[in-house]
Amino acid sequence: MTMLDLDREATAVTHIGEEDLPALARGCAVLGTGGGGSVDTGLLLAGRAVRECGEVPLVQLADLEDDAVVVPLSGIGAPTVSHEMVASSDDVLRLRDEVERVMDRPVAAVMSSEIGGSNGVAPVAWAARLGVPLVDADGMGRAFPEVQMVSMYVAGLPVNAVVLSDVVGNVSTLRPIDGLWSERLARALCVASGAHALMADYILLASEARGAVIEGSVSRALGIGRCTVGATDPLASLIAELGARNLISGKIVDIDRRTGGGFVRGSVVLEGVGDDRGRLLRLEIQNENLLALEDGKVLASVPDLITVVDTQTGGAISTESLRYGQRVTVLAWPCDPLWRTPRGLDVAGPKAFGYDIDYVPVEEISGAHA
Amino acid sequence: MPTPERRDLRIGIDVGGTNTDAVVLDGRNQVLAWTKQPTSADVTSGMRSALSHVLQQVGEDATRVGRVMLGTTHATNAILERRNLGHVAVIRLGAPATTAVPPLEAWPEDLREAVAVGAVIVGGGHFVDGYAISPLDRDAVRRFLGSVAGRADAVAVTGVFSPAFTDQELEVAELVRAELGHEHPVSMSHEIGSLGLLERENATVLNAALYGVARDVTHALDEVLRDRNLDAAPFFAQNDGTLMALEYAARYPVLTIGSGPANSIRGAAFLSGVEDAIVADVGGTSTDLGVLVRGFPRESAAAVDIGGVRTNFRMPDILSLAIGGGTILSGSATDPQVGPESLGYRIGQGGLVFGGSVPTLTDAAVLAGRGRVGHVEPASAPVELQELLAAALQAADVRVVEAVDQVALGKADRPLVAVGGGAFVIPDDVPGATEVLRPDHGDVANAVGAAIALVSGRWDAIAPAGEGRRKAIDQACEMAVRRAVQAGAEPDRVEIVELTEVPLSYLPEPAIRVHVKAAGPLGWL
Repeated sequence: MTMLDLDREATAVTHIGEEDLPALARGCAVLGTGGGGSVDTGLLLAGRAVRECGEVPLVQLADLEDDAVVVPLSGIGAPTVSHEMVASSDDVLRLRDEVERVMDRPVAAVMSSEIGGSNGVAPVAWAARLGVPLVDADGMGRAFPEVQMVSMYVAGLPVNAVVLSDVVGNVSTLRPIDGLWSERLARALCVASGAHALMADYILLASEARGAVIEGSVSRALGIGRCTVGATDPLASLIAELGARNLISGKIVDIDRRTGGGFVRGSVVLEGVGDDRGRLLRLEIQNENLLALEDGKVLASVPDLITVVDTQTGGAISTESLRYGQRVTVLAWPCDPLWRTPRGLDVAGPKAFGYDIDYVPVEEISGAHA
Repeated sequence: MPTPERRDLRIGIDVGGTNTDAVVLDGRNQVLAWTKQPTSADVTSGMRSALSHVLQQVGEDATRVGRVMLGTTHATNAILERRNLGHVAVIRLGAPATTAVPPLEAWPEDLREAVAVGAVIVGGGHFVDGYAISPLDRDAVRRFLGSVAGRADAVAVTGVFSPAFTDQELEVAELVRAELGHEHPVSMSHEIGSLGLLERENATVLNAALYGVARDVTHALDEVLRDRNLDAAPFFAQNDGTLMALEYAARYPVLTIGSGPANSIRGAAFLSGVEDAIVADVGGTSTDLGVLVRGFPRESAAAVDIGGVRTNFRMPDILSLAIGGGTILSGSATDPQVGPESLGYRIGQGGLVFGGSVPTLTDAAVLAGRGRVGHVEPASAPVELQELLAAALQAADVRVVEAVDQVALGKADRPLVAVGGGAFVIPDDVPGATEVLRPDHGDVANAVGAAIALVSGRWDAIAPAGEGRRKAIDQACEMAVRRAVQAGAEPDRVEIVELTEVPLSYLPEPAIRVHVKAAGPLGWL
């Protein structure tokens, strides 16, 4: 064990309480790479649940028995709807009962399917209401727009069962033949339930989860959220914490954004200021920030993470909140190695989003300053 | 009783943080009288004094005053100071949905204690497509009302998707009248805000808490008018730069919050005669930049916090800079510091041009020949100090120019209208604007804005995207027009001034969210 690991061990988070939630939300917003839904609603859900049910233990996969049942959870549906039809506090209880019936054993822990954005914060609420720990891991290490874009699918795990629980108490169990069908069927049911549901898919045993999920995600989000608090140079602290490259510091000079079919697509152009004066950078967006280009050259691409942050505060700015004239910095940093495998790139590489380019890891691209 | 032809004068009053301004306009919108009085702690006496001053100025013509338009901070102050707020019983229709976040969650503790006498989530509400989440639980509503009877000054009711499906909220209002008395006030969320349950609910509760404040201010206004023997109709300015009639303001007092910036943007535009412009309202401590689009302030997309409570009001999109006439300059000519401290209203004693010893932006602007204020020439100051003033003014100009570019979204095809007491500090050459306009009476642009405002109505709805879209949009327009007329607009001259459609995903049938605003001039009495 290196000194660094020892250090980490000493400061490891073991519980998430109400006072940790703002930092977690800030970190999840950074990992949301522009998408993943607003962390505000997740923050309200989690705050309420923790006050009612107590703080949530944060456990490592290694701490769980091999046959412990881990339930990856996410809220699915239309953001406009979940903003109006707020979730029920009981949906997760009914979902747990069904999962236990299907698996024929108790649920041991909850996991976030997607650490980036709203679905990174809300699992604290779900774990609190169930009185079970939250696993320090997730299925993406960031945010992605589609259900099959999870590490469990990349790792080749079978979908086994998908369980959906809606606001009025309906619970549905699906047995899809693969991840793509899981997306198609879950979407249809979600629509019938008023475009908002809680979903468990890739229900895992702890032994299966090892190597098939991205570990340390929750601690990482907390670390990211905390590193800017009280920092004299929040941006520098954030860059150091992420191990990120600063692609450009500049101002937004053009935004072309279209909404449709549940997606925000478009591009954003930034003009460098200060040391970056004279440079122009373009971001390509489909819900999340997917490509950063300069003079036609790719500076970073999905599945590596690209986030736009406020140059002064280091706070993440979501795709919908980008405005002309904002002073922002674009950061890019490496994704989990799982996404760089051939299957990982098939699922969520540039080509999976329709960009005809070959993926090059962000740290191997020259041209941006480190 | 004067004839209508003779009652062609209007008074606009704007209560701001520092000053309460009033103007009298005639039928051709000429400024006949104006004043700037300090805003009083109780707000009302400052308003009374401003009104007295302008009435004094017009003398006998005061009998020609037909209308008084008031933009005031009474409601904002009541919320910020937790003063004079009514006790509210909060009903949400949506169980078993929405229970994960109960009403008043995330409210500041002291505000919640000052306002809420009870909150409940009962069965009711709709899905996005109109299907019932559960039937309205009338018994639960009655039981709750029984438990708060005698303690609640007003009831606030908010149903899931009520802006699209209003029936349950209307039914609850009936139940309140049956249980608590015919006159018992009820705020229904579909009349207050748009989609976004928690924010709309917050605004609805605040509205219900403000009925008493609304009564006090309308009383005070009535009293002043009666004292002066004026038979004038009062109107209230609201957050989008339009007016509502007294009865309407009494029902929707929360809508008066944030009228100040909207008034000054509209007033600046009117005084300069342009419909599309950037507006800079320069006060003693700060400059508010806004954008006028086809006669109305551009609205912000961000959520608005009022007294620590998140709401989904549409407010003017304002960029505030800590740069004003009283901004203190320090440092040296090579490294000048502009503010953020300001002398504010004390500039009349502290500034160099007024014989004081603190260098301010006003002094720098006078030295540069942008205006003549005070009685001491800054050119008589030591050279070093003059160099600081010049360098600091340049630094302030850079920030103003950057801010103008930011609110202009990179389009440099509109004029910049500079108003407010410190307007002369704005340079003549701003790259983001075609020209800089400095209209007469720009000092009281906000009160002028209140006096010339139109009356508006809004409506929000979910509509099918395919067949039926046109019909649904027509219906929404009709509702918006009806609301404008209810608020006092002349029926024949109401126009749809804003119509936005946003596509929604994850629905059984493709759908859009429609937002309509209608506005028109005030009808005659």
